[in-house]
Amino acid sequence: MGTFTSEFLQALHLIVTGDGDLWGIVLLSLWVSLSAVAVGAAIGMPMGAALAVGRFPGRRALVVLLNALMGLPPVVVGLCVYLLLSRAGPLGVLGLLYTPGAMVIAQTIIVTPIIAALTRQIVEGLDAEYAEQLKSLGLSRLASVPVLLWDGRRALLTALLAGFGRAIAEVGAVIIVGGNINHVTRVMTTTIALETSKGNLALALALGAILITIAISVTAAVSLLGARQGPAHA
Amino acid sequence: MRDVTVEGQLASTRIDVTALRLSRSGRQVLDVPHLVLEGPGPTAILGPNGAGKSLLLRCLHGLIAQDTGTIAQDGRRLRSGAAAGQAMVFQRPVLLRRSVAANLAFVLRRQRLGHATRQKRIAELLEEGGLSTKARQPARSLSGGEAQRLAILRALATGPRVLFLDEPTSALDPAATAKIETMIARIASEGVRVVLVTHDIGQARRLAHDIILMQGGRVAEHSPAGAFFARPLTQAGRLYLSGELLI
Ligand SMILES: Nc1ncnc2c1ncn2[C@@H]1O[C@H](COP(=O)(O)OP(=O)(O)OP(=O)(O)O)[C@@H](O)[C@H]1O
Ligand SMILES: [Mg+2]
Repeated sequence: MGTFTSEFLQALHLIVTGDGDLWGIVLLSLWVSLSAVAVGAAIGMPMGAALAVGRFPGRRALVVLLNALMGLPPVVVGLCVYLLLSRAGPLGVLGLLYTPGAMVIAQTIIVTPIIAALTRQIVEGLDAEYAEQLKSLGLSRLASVPVLLWDGRRALLTALLAGFGRAIAEVGAVIIVGGNINHVTRVMTTTIALETSKGNLALALALGAILITIAISVTAAVSLLGARQGPAHA
Repeated sequence: MRDVTVEGQLASTRIDVTALRLSRSGRQVLDVPHLVLEGPGPTAILGPNGAGKSLLLRCLHGLIAQDTGTIAQDGRRLRSGAAAGQAMVFQRPVLLRRSVAANLAFVLRRQRLGHATRQKRIAELLEEGGLSTKARQPARSLSGGEAQRLAILRALATGPRVLFLDEPTSALDPAATAKIETMIARIASEGVRVVLVTHDIGQARRLAHDIILMQGGRVAEHSPAGAFFARPLTQAGRLYLSGELLI
């Protein structure tokens, strides 16, 4: 019990003194996950909007597939990206394996379906309300898309936050493709896993506290935004 | 009876409906063999709930495609209402999740007006609709009547030749209703063909030049307003005016 208390105090000390290693890890985590969300948004939002507004054969099937992909197991994504990027793999020449770039790729694959599926849902809901009015004002279906995205901006922000929450807390994919290399590819989740297994609880606890704070803030932001949306959707 | 006089330039746009049929969920909801909108207008469409008034307006505006039949405006087959210079105010106003002024700017921006002209036009429209003090308020936070007024102003901002209004004053207080009626009369006097659906018989009396009475998806009667209110031609017309017409 005494050791736990001392580990805890050490953890606090690490956070408060701004330990270089600790904050390096936090910053890398944020950089990797934010990059993944940015790329995921660039791909997922147009994809979701197209699925919401377009009318083409196979659309329903794609929607079902996308919803299913929201639950993609990170470990499997990690494995697939590993196979792609490993020296013998099709993208091996890029030399990305065990770099932050590989981690961004893996997390992008995890968050893109989430962002796309939520965007589809949000844009489709708004379109049900706007479609006739926009058509009446002379907008084509294609021209309606930016209007729907802009007017759905608050709900779409919650979709991005949901993607970010998933990415920042994910461990299975980044540990496989990043390799958890000190000062290179160590992020919060992988460091917690490693340091705990080594018995270095202070660093693990400090990172855990920061990760929880980020996760709770994101969830709180999502629900706050959701609450503010209430009247606007009436 | 018409205390809101509609005079001046007459509506010149003509709309011809031929052999229009529309089914929904296996039920025929519109059957209009022949309908012509000409004359000065405005035209009021009356009829009980579910008679097909809103659906007819949607067809006339090119929002829904009829199963069979044609709609022509000035002899040309109608494809897109907006392209034909039409605008519509819906029964439930759909306002963009932006400020009041931005809802108008959205439409005006599509007309490639310069910034200064646009701002001036927005101010004029807001003044006309009594919404000047609400320019920066989120449109979705307007009261029901204010929202309806903004929807009408936005339709006007498109500079329409034909204006469809689906129960434009159903949520308005008497003062606002009078204001909107004056607005509609003025629009009509500028040569815009106005077609409005209303349940307010007084409003139809005050505004309309001709009356279309709908029942069960059909046009039961299309008469000059004076004649309709003095002595309806049809049994449906008599029942409607005495408050006994059902679907
Ligand atoms: N998509 C649909 N599927 C089935 N029935 C429909 C559909 N759309 C409209 N209808 C039916 O068509 C009929 C006419 O509807 P419409 O909205 O035109 O009525 P209305 O005359 O405008 O009535 P109100 O005065 O209540 O606004 C109604 O009975 C309605 O239920
Ligand atoms: Mg209706």
